[in-house]
Amino acid sequence: MNFTNFGKYLLLLKAVFRKPEKSRIYIKVMFQQMNFIGVGSIGLIAIISTFIGAVMTLQIAFQLVSDFVPKTIIGSVNRDSTILELSPTISAIVLAGKIGSAISSEIGTMRVSEQIDALEIMGINSPGYLILPKIIAGITMVPLLVIMSMFLSIGGGYLGGTLSGAVSPADYVTGITTDFNPYTITVALVKAFVFGFIITSVPAYEGFYVKGGALEVAQASTRAVVVSCITILACDYIVTQLLL
Amino acid sequence: MIEIKDIHKSFGSNEVLKGISGRFEAGVTNLIIGGSGSGKTTLLKCMIGLHQPEQGSVQYDNREFTTMNFEEKIEIRKEIGMLFQGSALFDSMTVEENIMFPLNMFTDQSRKEKLERVNFCLERVNLEGKNKLFPAELSGGMKKRVGIARAIAMNPKYLFVDEPNSGLDPKTSIVIDELIKELTEEYNTTTIVVTHDMNSVMGIGDYILFLHEGKKFWEGSNKEIAHTDVQELNDFVFASRFMKAAKDKF
Repeated sequence: MNFTNFGKYLLLLKAVFRKPEKSRIYIKVMFQQMNFIGVGSIGLIAIISTFIGAVMTLQIAFQLVSDFVPKTIIGSVNRDSTILELSPTISAIVLAGKIGSAISSEIGTMRVSEQIDALEIMGINSPGYLILPKIIAGITMVPLLVIMSMFLSIGGGYLGGTLSGAVSPADYVTGITTDFNPYTITVALVKAFVFGFIITSVPAYEGFYVKGGALEVAQASTRAVVVSCITILACDYIVTQLLL
Repeated sequence: MIEIKDIHKSFGSNEVLKGISGRFEAGVTNLIIGGSGSGKTTLLKCMIGLHQPEQGSVQYDNREFTTMNFEEKIEIRKEIGMLFQGSALFDSMTVEENIMFPLNMFTDQSRKEKLERVNFCLERVNLEGKNKLFPAELSGGMKKRVGIARAIAMNPKYLFVDEPNSGLDPKTSIVIDELIKELTEEYNTTTIVVTHDMNSVMGIGDYILFLHEGKKFWEGSNKEIAHTDVQELNDFVFASRFMKAAKDKF
């Protein structure tokens, strides 16, 4: 995203946060988006989180094989890595692919088929109507998905570790319950909030300014996922630097 | 009444509109005609605020539109109905929801009242009982008629229609043209139709503004159009063999 695009993005956000024409309708659309972003992504996030947790446990166990390192460290490392980095970031990148491309395609198609022009002619603030409910749904549902991801990833680590014999159930449970710092949850939720905003607003921007036809909508969709992923990783670094 | 004065619009170095003026009265069907690339749709978009002209004014009943702020433009737009070339129906909504959408947004009517209005509009465009269909289930002509029903749902003072006959068979085109004319006269709306369909021109053109290469070349009615000596207009109107053969009978 160059500076011109960044400026246009900020101007679009300014239009997004104008006072809604009728809050009741926006709220209805917001719940539909929450269903799409949140409920519609539970399965995907559950599968990915469980497997990542399991794989993480095996890899940590492989790298920390030593008589001087207690096995409980496997659970501790898995817990902190999951909470601080894997659950928020991997979930966000996966959601950027699933939700970002859908948002960009939906808004882009509305643009090229003049549906956005139709909204404007009716006197409706089209950025507000189309994007605001998606952003609110993103910043509320992504943190919830990340919380779910944390539990499943740590649970997946338990399954992976115990089924393979890399760590005993008792050692793993001791590991994940020892020296737990609740602040890591705060950091993860701040990240999830920021990522939820990026996952919805960046693809919406890409879709909103599409010009052309089907090919351009597809290109905007690809660009939306790429730019979202890069922005997520950059913001991940910034938030981590600021909060830890 | 809508009056435009000296409208100029460029895209980069390409000057599309070169000082267009005209006056579109209420209760009559006003047509903007011209060949492809003559600036018809750009002029329409300048009039409704989708494009900002570099120079000139657009007045809705003596209210200057081009210099209005966002909120003032929104108020004018609530008085506008528009039928787009591709109908621009919302894909995810049924016919009923499409027509009810502006009512939901801008009125405090009860659901029963809104439904009555939707059914009235559907009846007006001869689509009774099609409430629950989705746009993907409609033919091109039906989509246009739903587009018209949505455009008139809020009782607009100004009705804009962009290429109403594109992609339609001649019979359906005539139905749409007659519907536009009827609604214009019935509700005394200021109707502006952008078209290059000669059947529309001869059938419903009470006032016609002819554009050529971004300039106004002629204005008049469908009764006068056959008797003009403007070469560019004659080349446009009587381009087909049929129209050439018919010219002598006008």
